[in-house]
Amino acid sequence: MKDDNHKNCVIHTEELSKIYDEGAVPVKAVNNVHLHIEKGEFTALVGPSGSGKTTLLNLLGGLDTPTSGKVWIHGKDLSTLSKNKLIDFRLHNIGFVFQAYNLIPVLTARENIEFVMLLQKESKKERKDRIEQLLKETGLEDQGDKKPSELSGGQQQRVAVARALASKPQFVLADEPTANLDSKTAGNLLDMMAKLNKDEGMTFIFSTHDQRVIDRARRVITLVDGAISNDEVRDTNKVTT
Amino acid sequence: MLFAIAWKNIWRNKVRSLVVIIAVMLGMWAGAFILAYIYGMIDQRLQDAIGSEVSHLQIHHPEYEKDNDPKYFITNSGEIIHDINNDPAVKDISGRVLAFGMVASPGKSFGGKFIGIDPASEDSVTQLSHNVTEGEYLSPEDKNKVIIGKKLAEKLKVKLRSKIVLTFQDIDGNIVAGAFRIIGIFQSYNSTLEESNLYVNQKDLSQLQNTNDNVHEIAILLKDADNVPLFQEKLTSKYPDLLTQGWKELAPELGFMIDSLDQYMIIFFVIILLALSFGIVNTMLMAVLERVREIGMLMAIGMNKWKLFGMISLETIFMVMIAAPLGLLFAFITIEYLGTNGLDMSGIYKEGYSAFGFKSVIYPQLETRYYFNIMILVAATAVLASIYPAITALRLDPVKAIRKI
Repeated sequence: MKDDNHKNCVIHTEELSKIYDEGAVPVKAVNNVHLHIEKGEFTALVGPSGSGKTTLLNLLGGLDTPTSGKVWIHGKDLSTLSKNKLIDFRLHNIGFVFQAYNLIPVLTARENIEFVMLLQKESKKERKDRIEQLLKETGLEDQGDKKPSELSGGQQQRVAVARALASKPQFVLADEPTANLDSKTAGNLLDMMAKLNKDEGMTFIFSTHDQRVIDRARRVITLVDGAISNDEVRDTNKVTT
Repeated sequence: MLFAIAWKNIWRNKVRSLVVIIAVMLGMWAGAFILAYIYGMIDQRLQDAIGSEVSHLQIHHPEYEKDNDPKYFITNSGEIIHDINNDPAVKDISGRVLAFGMVASPGKSFGGKFIGIDPASEDSVTQLSHNVTEGEYLSPEDKNKVIIGKKLAEKLKVKLRSKIVLTFQDIDGNIVAGAFRIIGIFQSYNSTLEESNLYVNQKDLSQLQNTNDNVHEIAILLKDADNVPLFQEKLTSKYPDLLTQGWKELAPELGFMIDSLDQYMIIFFVIILLALSFGIVNTMLMAVLERVREIGMLMAIGMNKWKLFGMISLETIFMVMIAAPLGLLFAFITIEYLGTNGLDMSGIYKEGYSAFGFKSVIYPQLETRYYFNIMILVAATAVLASIYPAITALRLDPVKAIRKI
């Protein structure tokens, strides 16, 4: 990014590519992607399997390193950060929601949410207040002391969203968040995230196949063979809520 | 936070963690107990050797040690014994006339060590009278009476009231002999003593040897065993013409055993802990590899490598540090119980123990410092064993790890 003139720019990429060279033929998982995501977006990355959605998400989240091109998060070039600095950067700037929830099984819902804040060394009071707020926002007020194994899939994914939000990130990356959920639960989860987006201005970027997610997204970026084939910004009034 | 999560992680797979904990406990228990057994055996042997054989210190003519020639007695030994006995550091003292020769019964003869003693002082130094199991102990009035060991009596085919002849050298190199009547038979945990030593009244042996009431050996028991080096120095400077030796010089094998016990302990525990550490590493590696996805997630959401390393290391350290104190506690209880009541090994190999001068009832004991030293070794092992699994976790690529099913 040439400068920080876009005050609301959360993610910016230029000529972003990821080539896997492990097999006989190199595979271009992400191919020359230019992307600009602003604060408050509710964006879906869509495309067929193998189109590079998850790889792009990993690159945006600093989990993977590009073969070429750069990613700026809030004006910060990720390629300038060491591995440890990058971990720290993720901690303070990016929230992750995974398809398989990936909660810590030995901790309760409350402790899972608190975990990220402990890594951030937040004060006890700050942690307590934020946990209660997040449990309320995700509709889990009565489930805080349960371990993941005692929660339904939808509840676990809600805890995962609460955990992602606990660090007060710049944006949340969600990789197929509804893939393991039934229709009703997925709908409830999307309602909750849409509300967080609307009320708190939280930026969400999903990779998804799920039409329910696509229907609610205000921007839909379609990937084909790792490249952006379509980037549609929808009329807010036409988005399903 | 790391402490809490590491603690909870241990109990994810209770059976596996308990297997490691029990293995470490057993290792610690067995290691500490065997060490206490060896220590108890050596210490018992040392106390027996000091109490009934070498005492804390002995004084001889410097030349006597070379070939035990009876002409090298301690001149004015009576005065020297009197002087030393007046020192407040001395508990008991005894002078001995010594002779090496042949002991003969009507049918058999064997080599023996003849010890001329003052019955009262010898008894206070070596408690010899306690070992007399048949007949009676010597009294100062006894003339040409002898106490012999049970094993020697059996070899000579003699019994109480039998007469035996002792043949040995006098100070001029002449062969002299005396007939002695057996008034007592003693038994000893040390079969060598029982087969070779004969005790007679000092004046009987002195007369035959012409030592003019002087003795060849002065045995000293001190009130405080730790005082031996200082008192030895004092006697050496006071009697420069005589040879004063401490128990470590008189029984160097015992001194070596005691001095090298610390080294035994380290070698012994390093072997035990090395074996245990492979088990610990294997278990922790399994624990890491079965949560690859979770570890990937932790790295993704912002757990840095130091914290991850700390978490995995703490899991290992916790497991070992739960097990080790418990193992040592059980070892302590076992050692305390058997240290009081004794462990009777006579049913297994009594003769073998006796041949090496050890009693067959062992009282294990272990100084407190050994428990601390073991804990330090265990803690070091736990830290070392934690490194490889933790490094394995750090090497995981979060992207690949999260995708792992």
